[in-house]
This record gives sequence, C-alpha cells and structure tokens, in this order.
Amino acid sequence: MNNVLTTLIDILSQPAILVALIALIGLLAQKKNLSDTMKGTTKTFVGFLVIAAGAGILETSLVPFGSMFQEAFNVSGVVPNNEAIVALALNEYGSNTALIMFFGMIVNILIARFTRFKYIFLTGHHTLYMACMLAVIMAVAGFDTVPLIAAGAVALGIIMTLSPAILQPFMRKLTGNDNVALGHFSAVGYALSGLVGQAVKGKGKESTSTEEIDFPKGLGFLRDSTVSIALTMIVMYFVVAIAAGPAYIEAELSDDTNFLVFSLVQAGNFAAGVFIILAGVRLVLAEIVPAFKGISTKLVPNAKPALDVPIVFTYAPNAVLIGFFSSFIGGLFSMIVMAVVGSTIILPGVVPHFFTGAAAGVFGNATGGLKGAVAGSFINGIIVSFLPVFLLPVLGELGFANTTFSDADFGVGGIFFGSLANYGGPMAIVISLIVILVLMAIPFGKKKSA
Amino acid sequence: MKFLAVCGSGLGTSFMVEMNIIQVLNELGVTGVEVSHSDLSSASPGDADVFFLAKDIAEGNDHLGEVVVLDNIIDMDELKEKVKKVVEEKNLL
Repeated sequence: MNNVLTTLIDILSQPAILVALIALIGLLAQKKNLSDTMKGTTKTFVGFLVIAAGAGILETSLVPFGSMFQEAFNVSGVVPNNEAIVALALNEYGSNTALIMFFGMIVNILIARFTRFKYIFLTGHHTLYMACMLAVIMAVAGFDTVPLIAAGAVALGIIMTLSPAILQPFMRKLTGNDNVALGHFSAVGYALSGLVGQAVKGKGKESTSTEEIDFPKGLGFLRDSTVSIALTMIVMYFVVAIAAGPAYIEAELSDDTNFLVFSLVQAGNFAAGVFIILAGVRLVLAEIVPAFKGISTKLVPNAKPALDVPIVFTYAPNAVLIGFFSSFIGGLFSMIVMAVVGSTIILPGVVPHFFTGAAAGVFGNATGGLKGAVAGSFINGIIVSFLPVFLLPVLGELGFANTTFSDADFGVGGIFFGSLANYGGPMAIVISLIVILVLMAIPFGKKKSA
Repeated sequence: MKFLAVCGSGLGTSFMVEMNIIQVLNELGVTGVEVSHSDLSSASPGDADVFFLAKDIAEGNDHLGEVVVLDNIIDMDELKEKVKKVVEEKNLL
C-alpha cells in the first residue's frame, strides 16, 4: 500500500507526467479518438522535457554573462525574458505550475460564468508563465501543497480575468466593437499608455495619427524572435565583455578562447535556448489551449476571448515601430537611472520592448495620436524596466537568476502578492483573494485591479 | 495537403489562426487537411502547401511559396472567404 502511495507521489512530482495527464483528461473529455489521444498526450509529455533541455542551454549562456557583468560593473545585470526565467523555474516548481495552470483556467471559466467579467484568457503561453510565477511567489510566501495550488489558481484566475478587463475601454476605442479583448500580461503598461495618450492630447485638440506620417519600413525582421534575441544578446554580450576585459574572461570563463568569440557563441546560445524552450511550450500547449477554448465556449455564454498581442498590431503598423523605439529608449533611460542609483541593472531586452512597446504605441496612438504613441510607449518602457527591480526580491532564490519576468502584469501581480506576504504572510494573501473575488462578484460594484 | 499558420513567435496568434482555420474547414466539410502553426524562424518552404500570415509580417516572406495574407487576423469572415478560395482552387470540396 505504501508502495502505491510513493509511486503516486513520484508520478505527481514529475511535471512532465503531470501535464501529460492533464492533456489526457482534456482529450478524453472531448471524446477524441485513440490516435489523437495518444498523439496529444505524448507530445505534451515530451514538450515539457524539451523546455527543461532548453533551460540547460540557456543557463550555460546566462551564468557567464552574470559573472562578466558583476566583474565589469560590480552590480548584477538582469536580462528580462519570460521564456528564460520560466524554463529555469520549472525545474523546481514544475508540478505546482502545471496544477496552478490547470485549476487557474477553471477559475477563469467560473469567474467568467458567474460575474460580469466575461473574459476568457486564451493566450496559453502567458497563462503558463503566470502560473509559474505564482507557483514561485506562493512558495516564497510560505504556502505549500494544496493551499499553495489553491491560492495560486485563484490568483491566476483573477489575473486572467482582470488583465483584459482593465484594458477593455481602450480595446473598444481601438477596434470599434466589444467582441474581442486583449490577452497579454502587460495590460497595465498598455492601459497607462492609453491614459498618457489621452493626457498629452489635451482637450478638444486634433492629434495627428501615426498612420498619417511616412515611416520607414524594413524592421520587420525584428518580429522574428530568434533574430531579435540573437542580435541584442550579441550587442549586450560584447559591451559587457569589453567592459570586463579579456584577461578576466579568458582566465575564468572561456578556457583561453578569445573573449569576443566566446561572447558571440554564448549570445547565440541564449537565442538557441529560447528557441528550444519555445518549441517545448508549443508542444505543451497544443492540446491544452483548444480544450480550454472548447470547454469555455460551451460553459460561458457571451464570452469575450482575450487573444494574443499581435491582434492589435494591424490596427496601426507605424505605431508598432514607433512604440518599439520609444519603449526601448525608455528602457535605456531607466538603465542609466539604475546605474546612477546603484541598484540592480535591468537591461532593455528587445523582445519585451518589441511586443509590449509596440502594443503600448498602438494604444497611445488610439487615444493621443503620434504624441500619445511616443509618450505612452516611453512610459511603458520605464515601467517594464523598473517593475522587475521590485519583483526580484519576492522571487526568492530565483531573484538571483540574471533573468526575470519581463511584462508589466507579472511585475504588478508579483509585487502585489509578494508584498502582501511580506507584511501579513499567507493569511494576507488569502484575505485579499477573497476580497477581490467578492468585489468582482458584485454586479455593478467598483472595479478593483490586482 | 497541409496548411501552416505563422506568426512572430509561433505561440499565440498563429495558434489562434490555426484553430480558426480548422473551424472553417469543418464548416465547409473539408477533410484530409492537416493544419499546424509555427514561428517565422522555423517556417520553411517545404513545411506546408499553403501558408497563412498576418499582413504585418507577410512582407519579405514570399519565399515560403503559396502565401495567404490576412489583413485582419481576428476577422472570421475574411478568413472564411480566403480559406474557401484556397479550398476551391485545390479542389478539396
């Protein structure tokens, strides 16, 4: 009997098996045939192991980067990248992440079914990343076992519903209807960009839209994430390598290989690691997202699907590029401020700035034209730079990983629950979750954001 | 016959387009088409017979072969029309 129990615990503590089981349940619930069920379950299982393999490659690149940065500037440098931090965190928090994700999606459906917040968050990779961050934060806060998964799942369900909700006024303005929502965990940054756009536009004045000006195209290659990650990591690695000096690198890290050659390869390794992780994430989500979509459509009448961020890009292609640049400059500006203050330095990763900066540009443009796009995405760039500084301390051991969660809602959500835990322990988190749920359940109550 | 939806990171948008294409094919009663999704880096000409790309990343990717450009990726009517056209051209109905 004891043997059965330990085997069962072994199974449940292997995240790859756990997500495969979740996929299997989903596939059976959809009454798929044997071939589809076998295929889907196996792919999910393998996908999780692919993510772990990518994490290994990524670590070989991040560790020397961290050492070089420390040697050169005497502070730690952090490159925010969701894929990187999630892959590293899944080693230890994989099972809890899988369970929080599974139950969090159920909470999302329940909230959408029974409150006025009809949003179903369909961006699967962001759900996975948020589940992972919550698994870490709830563990650092002092939860374990069933309470950890319950608290994480309720928090995830709430964030999945509120993130699209706070942005919906701006989405309505942008799309001209109320049928679709944005499901991307940087909504705080986008909403702020929309508000900044309104503010800089002033009352009654006409503003020039970004789409009325001629703007050079040809930066489309940055949308290819492998290319943009590799290029920026090469630049960052070179700058840091030159600052740390060849003597240190060739003696301590590269085993006599030329320091720039070593840096070039490590920068490539980072992009390679992310590429592999993304392939794994794709395999893991392949069965889970369609099942979630299918079940939610059946259970929630009038559901508003919250979809991934590129859906807003086609509304204002110029604002996408302007927003990226402006947000990136905001990131550089923040980096200088951090260097002067002497805090941990958050390096402007091109991926977060491209996707969140671009969307911030679109929303800033929708409310305040060109000026709104520039100002709004600049503010977005500052937010996604400074939030990680305050997020790192609540992530425990993972706060020292040289990479962290990049988008704004991770920062806001993480700091919110992390600080609650610091002041009042797990009890404070439980109470706040209940309060938020009650507020959301009141039909026409005041909106509260997590 | 294989269709491939492509977006920048191959995670959310292309996945959504894939699910929508499957829905359209089911509505049209077309069978025997494999639909999948991918990121821009991985997509290469032999991967599929027809590629579906959003307008903003379509530029410079003609090398893939037969590319269907979607002006608005959340517009089901546009997708329906374009998938139907492809299906008719390929005599899949």
